[in-house]
Amino acid sequence: MPIYLPIAELPVNIFLILGLGVAIGFISGMFGIGGGFLMTPLLILIGIPPAVAVASVPSHMAASSFAGAFSYWRKRLVDLGLGLVLLSGAILGTASGVWFFALLRRAGQLDLFIALAYIVLLTIVGGLMTAESVRAIVRTWRGTPPILRRPGTHAWFHGLPLKLRFRQSRIYVSAIPITVIGFAAGFIGAVMGVGGGFLLVPALIYLMRVPTTVSVGTSLFLTLLTMLVATVLHAVENRTVDAMLALVLMVGGVFGAQFGARAGQAIRAEQLRLLLGLIIIAVGVRVATDLINQPIEAFSVVPKEIWE
Amino acid sequence: MRRGGKIGWLAAAVLAAGWLAPPAQAERLVTSVSTHRVLITSNFAGTELVLFGAIDEAPPNTQIGAYDVVVSVRGPARSYVTRHKERMLGLWVNRDSREFSQVPSYLAVMSNKPIAEIGSAEMLRRYRIGLVNNVLPPPAGSDVVDVPPEDSFRAAFLRVKTNEGAYTADPKGVTFLTPRFFRAAVPMPGTAQTGDYQVETLLIAKGALLAQQQTAIEVVKTGFEAVIAQEARNHRFFYGLGTALIALLTGLIATLLFRHD
Repeated sequence: MPIYLPIAELPVNIFLILGLGVAIGFISGMFGIGGGFLMTPLLILIGIPPAVAVASVPSHMAASSFAGAFSYWRKRLVDLGLGLVLLSGAILGTASGVWFFALLRRAGQLDLFIALAYIVLLTIVGGLMTAESVRAIVRTWRGTPPILRRPGTHAWFHGLPLKLRFRQSRIYVSAIPITVIGFAAGFIGAVMGVGGGFLLVPALIYLMRVPTTVSVGTSLFLTLLTMLVATVLHAVENRTVDAMLALVLMVGGVFGAQFGARAGQAIRAEQLRLLLGLIIIAVGVRVATDLINQPIEAFSVVPKEIWE
Repeated sequence: MRRGGKIGWLAAAVLAAGWLAPPAQAERLVTSVSTHRVLITSNFAGTELVLFGAIDEAPPNTQIGAYDVVVSVRGPARSYVTRHKERMLGLWVNRDSREFSQVPSYLAVMSNKPIAEIGSAEMLRRYRIGLVNNVLPPPAGSDVVDVPPEDSFRAAFLRVKTNEGAYTADPKGVTFLTPRFFRAAVPMPGTAQTGDYQVETLLIAKGALLAQQQTAIEVVKTGFEAVIAQEARNHRFFYGLGTALIALLTGLIATLLFRHD
């Protein structure tokens, strides 16, 4: 059944968009990520203009992360304090990212940079997560007890000032590295047109030693706030938010996220991390093959106003 | 909704016909489109318009094949950037690009036989007949040394637009029902831009233009689609805020629906 998108100015199959919303919503709820790094390329693949895709995906991420964030919130798995410190960094990072984006666009190689950034980041993050979770699964399978956090181990950033205690995350660290993580997620998110959750979750787990479930809950909370702001900013700055596309994606997304959140809490943490690692690697490989393989059509046509 | 210039065109066409043929044979062209307003509604996925045309004042013993007809439909003009990917350090990256400024966003050329058989290359170019003659070659770029020949960009542009369904060339798109009466089917894809579409009908015999007729079609959004498009343009902040609130509401409703666990 076709539905006409008033801003993208083209008809799409409503069930295709709905299905996409459900699938990405499921992944979003399960792993506590916005899912933008999957949704944006997929929408562009089915013919939605990139400017519309990038601007409309945040509202879908907000809707599906709301359901997830709420569910984690009720289980007390959102660290509000940690979230707010991350948010302060993320706002600065997003602003710098938007500025850097404009700089690259003037240089004329924006899409090459985005593709390379996708490949490098996704491969590193996905590879690290996969390797670590495979080790954890092997340990459990062999019956060796997992290595507990030794109270004496301190990374260099534990010596920094401005120390704060985050109760739900069970950490006591300086606000500086947390702000830096928020900044990095916001910056990369803005440049790559994604939410940045796929960086935030691993950074919280592996660098800050926040429990996996609290990382996921807090990341969802942060995604909700930043994506709401992003929707308004895109509507004001670019005028390319397609409310119709957003609505169909949202309706699919919130249902997917409900099941995803449940599935995420039902399976073991290291298996969850392995799955997310594999998904991230798969997207990275997909982007890489596009760059390496000879394209069927070497020419592309873009309306000037989208490109400029 | 016929354009004011129609009478002028008609007069010019009749005059032109007067030069090319004996006055007694001054053919006139009368055309009519099935609709002058295409409405885009929520289930719009493309449509087809039909143009009917009659040749007035044709000699009584006219046979089918005595006349050739070309119908060109040109959508609102837009500018496009065509970019070429080349292999660099093992990666396919965009290297060279050309801008096509103010070319039709939609273009359909229907004729009763292949364009090349209708007239000389010079005549086809002068009256903008065929896809190629509607898109000027792009200005040369100054930045890159080994560029493909300029025309490969135009050929690629036409190829990509044709694959998208935005450009069509149909050498069997015009059908003569009688020697003096023809119809043409104009496909209107779902991706059609809103705006004014110029419909031009040319009557040709033995490679010479006898008459031409112009009319216009308007493609507009209606109802909910029009409201959304207007709000997105006129009330940007509230539109964005509204979309954000809908996102929150959708999330809330779903959460409440699934609460009974």
